[in-house]
Amino acid sequence: MTSGTPARSATERVVLDSSDIARALTRIAHEIIERNNGSAGLVLLGIPTRGADLARRLGERVLQADGRDDPAETLVGTLDITLHRDDLRRHPVRPIEPTTIPASGIDDKVVVLVDDVLFSGRTVRAALDAISDVGRPRAIQLAVLVDRGHRELPIRADYVGKNLPTAAAEHVRVRLAEVDGVDEVAIGRSTGEES
Amino acid sequence: MRHLLSAKDLSREEAVAILDTAATMAATQQREIKKLPPLRGKTVVNLFFEDSTRTRISFEAAAKRLSADVINFSAKGSSVSKGESLKDTAQTLQAMGADGVIIRHPASGAPFRLATSGWIDTPVINAGDGKHQHPTQALLDAYTMRRNLRGDDAIGSDLGGVRVLVVGDVLHSRVARSNVDLLHTLGATVTLVSPPTLLPVGVERWPCAVSYDLDGAIAQGADAIMMLRVQRERMSAAGGGFFPSPQEYSRKFGLDRNRLAALGPDALVMHPGPMNRGLEISAEAADSAQAVILEQVTNGVAVRMAVLYMLLGGSEGATGGTA
Amino acid sequence: MSAPASKDRSGASVAAPARGTSEYLILGATLPDGSTTDLLLRDGVIAATGAEATSARDSGVSTIDATGLVVLPGLVDLHTHLREPGREDAETVWSGTRAAALGGFTCVHAMANTQPVADTAGVVEQVWRLGRDAGWVDVRPVGAVTVGLGGERLAELGAMADSAATVRVFSDDGVCVDDPVLMRRALEYVKAFDGVIAQHAQEPRLTSGAVMNEGVVSAELGLTGWPAVAEESIIARDVLLAEHVGSRVHICHLSTAGSVDIVRWAKARGIQVTAEVTPHHLLLTDEAVRGYDPQFKVNPPLRTAQDVLAVRQGLADGTIDIVATDHAPHPSEDKDCEFDVAAFGMTGLETALSVVIESMVLADDVEFGWEDVARTMSSAPAAIGRVHDQGRPVAVGEPAHLTLVDPGSRWPVVPRELLTASDNTPFAGRELPGRVVATFYGGRATVLDATPIPIEGLA
Repeated sequence: MTSGTPARSATERVVLDSSDIARALTRIAHEIIERNNGSAGLVLLGIPTRGADLARRLGERVLQADGRDDPAETLVGTLDITLHRDDLRRHPVRPIEPTTIPASGIDDKVVVLVDDVLFSGRTVRAALDAISDVGRPRAIQLAVLVDRGHRELPIRADYVGKNLPTAAAEHVRVRLAEVDGVDEVAIGRSTGEES
Repeated sequence: MRHLLSAKDLSREEAVAILDTAATMAATQQREIKKLPPLRGKTVVNLFFEDSTRTRISFEAAAKRLSADVINFSAKGSSVSKGESLKDTAQTLQAMGADGVIIRHPASGAPFRLATSGWIDTPVINAGDGKHQHPTQALLDAYTMRRNLRGDDAIGSDLGGVRVLVVGDVLHSRVARSNVDLLHTLGATVTLVSPPTLLPVGVERWPCAVSYDLDGAIAQGADAIMMLRVQRERMSAAGGGFFPSPQEYSRKFGLDRNRLAALGPDALVMHPGPMNRGLEISAEAADSAQAVILEQVTNGVAVRMAVLYMLLGGSEGATGGTA
Repeated sequence: MSAPASKDRSGASVAAPARGTSEYLILGATLPDGSTTDLLLRDGVIAATGAEATSARDSGVSTIDATGLVVLPGLVDLHTHLREPGREDAETVWSGTRAAALGGFTCVHAMANTQPVADTAGVVEQVWRLGRDAGWVDVRPVGAVTVGLGGERLAELGAMADSAATVRVFSDDGVCVDDPVLMRRALEYVKAFDGVIAQHAQEPRLTSGAVMNEGVVSAELGLTGWPAVAEESIIARDVLLAEHVGSRVHICHLSTAGSVDIVRWAKARGIQVTAEVTPHHLLLTDEAVRGYDPQFKVNPPLRTAQDVLAVRQGLADGTIDIVATDHAPHPSEDKDCEFDVAAFGMTGLETALSVVIESMVLADDVEFGWEDVARTMSSAPAAIGRVHDQGRPVAVGEPAHLTLVDPGSRWPVVPRELLTASDNTPFAGRELPGRVVATFYGGRATVLDATPIPIEGLA
């Protein structure tokens, strides 16, 4: 188990450590290649903040596994979904994150959306809308590090790092080295925050 | 930030956040599908008590790109010469379900009154009031400067160290006031250049330098020069007799070929429009490669999208989260 | 003639004396000089003071315990807009004079800018009669200097002087008599009946479109400025004209440091000039305009802190002779709008004494006592207006025009609770010192327990 971080509350329980996360990403990368018969025509779009970091890591693994040495930016981008959220008017104004699309665009590509946690499915729905503003992919697939259940929309992930049965009152915290200084997934008693 | 009434009200962080959001908005406007959904179902009123087709259209485009419904209300020249109508008109529009009011008014402070008198409770955006403020103009000017002078490193940055000349009729100009306030907040140094008759008493307390000598000011070096519109009628006795003739004004304060050369090719040439070619700006300067006058117009839409999103995109009365 | 019901004080418990009482014994009042005395009011005059008054104690007169209260000669306002005839929606003679009584006044000068303008004997007599019938204070109409305030030809000043209203103060207040020849003629003409021209000093060309003081604040707010020089240049001209023709001139609502200097210079030179300052110019500055609230729009405009200090010093050293309210009521629709289009003016009758106490008596940086209050708010304005039975000393045999004020009490200014028919006070939300407890006009109590007492049968 990873040593405790300042951000973690006492009631938290770590369910994935850094090596678990690394293995899960590697597995997903291979599944993506297998299912799509290679990495040609693929675009990975991460949903900021942590989805974007996961997408970059996944992209690097996909390129490596497929034996390519072109830079990650040719395969990986980010997709801001803020403006498409269905709960905008329930919260204070949210800052908009950048959307960066690989130079080749997404038209007629297979887009793999990448996020950290799949929960209600509303984020993914917003992402589907956001994608249609940017272009028309041939297909869209979904990769998540954690699927914690409790879907509110008819949405299912194509690639899952770990299925994590949770109670609705629990929260799932994904921490990544890029943002949080440590790689881990933890479950805790909810303070009302959505994960 | 509940209203946008004056550039003076913006902190550096708020101003940078608006410019950053505008940059994101601008990027979406490169797409084939320019419309975004965040203000879907919201109604924005363009309440214009003064003609300004440009500003109205810019706000209208911005609101529509964010999927808001737009009601245009032009009240110029109608029964709205007595102030009570401002209250009645605004309350009428709110009763019709307006979620935000964009107001242009010939009386300085009218947007402030609208926002603070308890007449209505929607966010108010000042689209220019009398001789007071025009904050979205200042924001689009700052955005244009940042984009051209900072390039790819623009996100998150201010205008520290940028030298700006603002030239012309400062006395009657809300653009000048807004720009002095915002540019100062963003760290730029501003020099106002104007004949003494067109500077307000009290300008000495503004956070800027003042000069009566355009050639001298240009010789000091500038990264951007902003030419203000000068109304020809200001020279007549009835208009105040502020300067002897358009010819003399143009000779002493116009941006002509020689002054353009003295500025150097890297200085941005700006104008809030509409221009009086041949009076405050020569055609040569207006059409030069370093002129960003049309880009200012383009950027106006992105900046106004950012402002509309930041004021209306969240829950009612919710604040914060602008960084 | 009745008060607008909406502005009536309700729920106040009034310890009114028996109807018809005309004798009062005031016990233990503090005179302006600081001594205390008892005062017996009988038959409209101060019948006795000291022990002689005290001895009336058990004779059945109404007694008023004035311990801790200051007794002043009834206040005299040289500058009041009562709005009637013409703008009864803003104020009537009845409502305005009732407010005046509550503010401690026993005499007000009603300005001429009514509709029709008070430029004939007929109009001034009408206003005078309305005031007499209302019975709250002595209403002294001010006559217009020029016909219709038009600034083109003299009104019939002599006829107004000879009328029942015996007009002695003439003013085009609201507009300046800017034609120097016309001003000269007016100054000369009123010498025949010991009149005075009260000038609204405002050079019109320098103040075209002006709505606030020209300076740092106007530059920032983008509001058209009203420069001090527009006031000072007219005052300078008029004191020299008064000197040239040997007349007396009165300067209305002086508001700038430069104006104080000019009047000080003129007085040193022996020119017959008197000057007034309003309460609001003693307390408020143009910083108040920053919120674009038209309640702070007034003419002349609120000036800078240096100007406020200068007029306060000028009032203290006698350069400025009097405090005058320039009470200017306006209906709410003329204030609930953009600053540019709002009406100029503030109410002041009910707050004047309190503001003078706040800005002068209680202030550490000027010397100003109760004798100065009595001088600047009663005896000097009466003398300028040639109102011979007002502004008299508090002494035996003098008319019983008196004001009792509680200097220790503080009261919150709530516009709807003021008796003036309009709500445009700039002091809303403030707490001011000095409540008028009682006012006696010709021996009749017009105010008792800080509550107006209507004349029997006129409620």
